[in-house]
Amino acid sequence: MSHVIIKFDGVSKVFPEGTRAVDDVSFEIFDGECITFVGPSGCGKTTTVKLLNRLVEPTGGHIYLNDQDTAQTDVIALRRSIGYVIQDVGLFPHMTVSQNIALVPRLQGWPERKRNERTEELLHLVGLEPAAFRNRYPNQLSGGQKQRVGVARGLAADPPVILMDEPFGALDPITRAQLQDEFLRLRRRLKKVILFVTHDMDEAIKLGDRIAVMRNGKIVQFDTPRKILREPADPFVRDMVGREGGIKLMKLLRIADIMDPADGMTIPADRLSEAERRMAESGKDILLVVDKEGRFQGTISYEQVMRGGRSGDVALLDRALPPAETTDEVGHTLEAMLRNKRVWLPVVGEDQKLRGVVTMTNFACFFTAGDAPSGGTS
Amino acid sequence: MSVIEYFIKNIGLILKLTIEHIEITLIAVAISTVIGVAIGIFITRHQRAAGAIIGIAGILYTIPSLALFGILIPFIGIGLKPTLIALILYSQLALIRNTFVGIIHIDPSIREAGKGMGMSNWQFLRMVEIPVALPVIMAGIRTAAVMNIGTATIAAYIGAGGLGWLIFRGIASVNSDQIIAGAVPVILLAVGVDYLFILLERALTPAGLRN
Repeated sequence: MSHVIIKFDGVSKVFPEGTRAVDDVSFEIFDGECITFVGPSGCGKTTTVKLLNRLVEPTGGHIYLNDQDTAQTDVIALRRSIGYVIQDVGLFPHMTVSQNIALVPRLQGWPERKRNERTEELLHLVGLEPAAFRNRYPNQLSGGQKQRVGVARGLAADPPVILMDEPFGALDPITRAQLQDEFLRLRRRLKKVILFVTHDMDEAIKLGDRIAVMRNGKIVQFDTPRKILREPADPFVRDMVGREGGIKLMKLLRIADIMDPADGMTIPADRLSEAERRMAESGKDILLVVDKEGRFQGTISYEQVMRGGRSGDVALLDRALPPAETTDEVGHTLEAMLRNKRVWLPVVGEDQKLRGVVTMTNFACFFTAGDAPSGGTS
Repeated sequence: MSVIEYFIKNIGLILKLTIEHIEITLIAVAISTVIGVAIGIFITRHQRAAGAIIGIAGILYTIPSLALFGILIPFIGIGLKPTLIALILYSQLALIRNTFVGIIHIDPSIREAGKGMGMSNWQFLRMVEIPVALPVIMAGIRTAAVMNIGTATIAAYIGAGGLGWLIFRGIASVNSDQIIAGAVPVILLAVGVDYLFILLERALTPAGLRN
């Protein structure tokens, strides 16, 4: 794991009227992580996140950003180093899209040219055509477009940390799913620490590297989505996950997570003549044929070797078996295997190089490993 | 037709009095805007004081103008000074209330976004609150200006000058030509200023806030 960027150390927030919104919370967030904070309304998730940029001041404990106590940091400088995106977007109605996006750079005194370049770049990044959008006013945008601008504004000064407080909460389901997918795409391109608040467990699972499940101001469980789906810490988390925990896990996991290595099962295409010997040595009656670069070419079975008279002819290759990809969803591959009546498939990477094999046994292990993944069976 | 004759004959005087009238109003509006907007902004930051301060401005507003002059004269005497003070006091309600309401009604999400992005109080005021509230503040200035033109007319009675002087002189000497020569320019002035401010309000409304 890389180094700690954010550290909460016994942090509490008691509001003047006595509400204990955040109750002795401690956690660490590592470089490049996206943490989703999830829980019912009033659980303290938004307050927790606002403690970081000091929109809420803690009443106990310490918060460190890059080893610096945020209480000792100038609050304006602190906030400018943290991108902020909220549910109601809060675009300034009297400023154009580009003026809104360039606000923090402007406050930081960037020259106009640099600001304009950055605005163009960000508009492209969030999928808005600059020529069509840069001079529009917020009241000329749809809800989804507004939030795209909101995200661009949050990213404007290239802050290392971004707070997102239910950014997609007010959008219709279709726009929401679309923006979630783009969020994931963006995340791969930008290495940022993100604290993402949501009340939707599915969103938390989809977007988070780790999830902080909160209730009554406390973090009930802080784990990877897989761990939370497989081993919910208590009935509350189990309830949050819902009845389809196993199905959600299938959507979450990729073939790379459950496959076996193809050790001893491969044979280079130019050495097919050795196929029989290899089969005898490994005890396999089927081999995976790869080219010099390790790209998957096809399979060759004992039967074929026999029929081909050990000639080593490449034409003997069975190319009928379409391989799975490492990034395929577990559920999709399982479905494809059932449909094509296959009990195993080779697995390749995006570069078509052979990475392993996935068998029905892998699926069986996946479903039976650990605790029952959901409360559905109890 | 004697009115027109009177008008032509005294055009110099009427112009002089009109300019005087405009001057009084302008000075009063300028000073009251500075004070009223400042107080209005102040009470958005100290909202517990808002009720009391708007209340006081409201009470001042209800005092009949002659009564207010009556109270001021023993202390300050007659002429321009008590007039300006009275006009400024009358304007406060419209200015404080509109500034306060214009700023306070800014969407909370805008406020949160600005704060969260690291805008200082002053930056947020200058770059967001004032521009967004400007149409409402302008409406307050407009109300104050039109009201000041009216009250300044009465102030001629205590020696402030302006077009009211013609009206009072006309009443005293039972000269209806003179009364009308004072009244018509005042009416035109009030209607004209009102219209001018409507245009100004429109021009100052940021493009993104227009419908």
